[in-house]
Amino acid sequence: MTQLISERQGRVLTLTMNRPQARNALDNAQLERLATALEQASRDERVGAVVVTGAGRGFAAGADLKEMASRDMVATFQDPRPGLWARIDGFPKPLLTAVNGYALGAGFELALLSDMVVAGENARFGLPEIVLGIMPGAGGIQRLLRAVGKGLASRMVLSGDPIDAREAWRVGLVAQLCPPQLTLEYAQQLAQRIAERAPLALQAAKQALRQGQEVGLSQGLSIERQLFTLLAATEDRQEGIRAFLEKRTPQYTGR
Amino acid sequence: MDDLIIRDVQQGVMTLTFNRPERLNSFNDAMHLQLAEQLTRAERDAEIRCLVLTGAGRAFCAGQDLNDRNVDPDVGPPDLGLSVERFYNPLVRRLARLEKPVIAAVNGVAAGAGASLALGCDIVIAARSASFVMAFSKLGLVPDSGGTWFLPRLAGRARAMGLALLGDKLSAEQAERWGMIWEVADDAALSDRVQTLSRHLATQPTRGLGLIKQALLAAEQQGLDAQLSLERDYQRLAGRSADYREGVSAFLARRPPQFTGR
Repeated sequence: MTQLISERQGRVLTLTMNRPQARNALDNAQLERLATALEQASRDERVGAVVVTGAGRGFAAGADLKEMASRDMVATFQDPRPGLWARIDGFPKPLLTAVNGYALGAGFELALLSDMVVAGENARFGLPEIVLGIMPGAGGIQRLLRAVGKGLASRMVLSGDPIDAREAWRVGLVAQLCPPQLTLEYAQQLAQRIAERAPLALQAAKQALRQGQEVGLSQGLSIERQLFTLLAATEDRQEGIRAFLEKRTPQYTGR
Repeated sequence: MDDLIIRDVQQGVMTLTFNRPERLNSFNDAMHLQLAEQLTRAERDAEIRCLVLTGAGRAFCAGQDLNDRNVDPDVGPPDLGLSVERFYNPLVRRLARLEKPVIAAVNGVAAGAGASLALGCDIVIAARSASFVMAFSKLGLVPDSGGTWFLPRLAGRARAMGLALLGDKLSAEQAERWGMIWEVADDAALSDRVQTLSRHLATQPTRGLGLIKQALLAAEQQGLDAQLSLERDYQRLAGRSADYREGVSAFLARRPPQFTGR
């Protein structure tokens, strides 16, 4: 059985984590598959955006606990996971996650790392690591803190209690909320609209959004301006403005 | 173990009967647990397309059993919030979320949480001799099991306040006049009436009925804009159901539809 199903429709690539019997746990092998698929997608000009989703009842539970338990301090120190996560995080095109049911631990970290989350009403997000005597270790704390602020981040990290889709939507973790039966469809529609935009502009805008999480305001503003200026040299910018003035759909080439 | 909840499944209708008649079908932990177990069946079994709640003997349900040690104030102040959180809230949520119609066949007095529970069902049919009592205020308590949410929506603010603050008995006929329940039936006719209605509902497009229920519930919590978006989503889902196809083809062929609930 294919554990990561890859399927392209138009300019949208959908990656379905397909290990429902393991609650789509993100073990090293699955992270590796994701990283590899995203690297291929980043080189593939036909792909404008990617949607990651989970088969079965949930998006993805945490890491593989048996795998984690088998690692001592030294093995954990030399764990390939941070490298795998960095490869996923390095994906330069828009990355959406379509979440139904549980997104826990590493599953939630993947959603947090994505550019936006489309969630079904039945989605639940949580970092239960603390319950196991450990803590989130793949950016869950840092990204959650930056996304929702200290109060809610601390409650979720220290109690391990999950929040439901509506609360996640209210605090801005979720970009779009819908009935669970429509989650993937709506994520793909949104991805399709995004994927029609100019690829370089998307990449630059994503970079500005990302860098905005890292630096202070004045530095962020200057990064934003630099990227904006860079785009002035692209053919797609001319095409976009010309198409708008001529009231037609732009034909972007990614140059 | 005694059957504190009697289950009967016929022709797509699951009837759950509160069965502690000697205590006016009031809740203790065991009855809650048995009810929760049966609800799980109702949720999972696609053959069940309508749920009926009723009571054995002369009462529908008198709410929390005050003889239960969980609620005894003599052993130090009890944590009533705990039983609300553990039992009543999940029950009310599950009934509200159940994607099939839920009928309360109110055969007799519905008091306290029993009244909230009955009024929270999708369709309430009460025997003429039945009554609803928001008894909480007379004990220094607050209407729970959704009582403070359902009452103003069913009766309007003025009547909700009067009912909740005074805790007086409201007759089934008055409840019907106030538009709080669907209908009143003569005592002897109640079970026939409920059977006819529930069996009818069990032959209807269950998927669509479930969506209607969720849509009306959502409407209580959001504005027109959001509700219009929700209607778009639900209509999209409903349009993909087998029952919609069946409904349209039966209509065009001028024959009665055979819905499967999917």
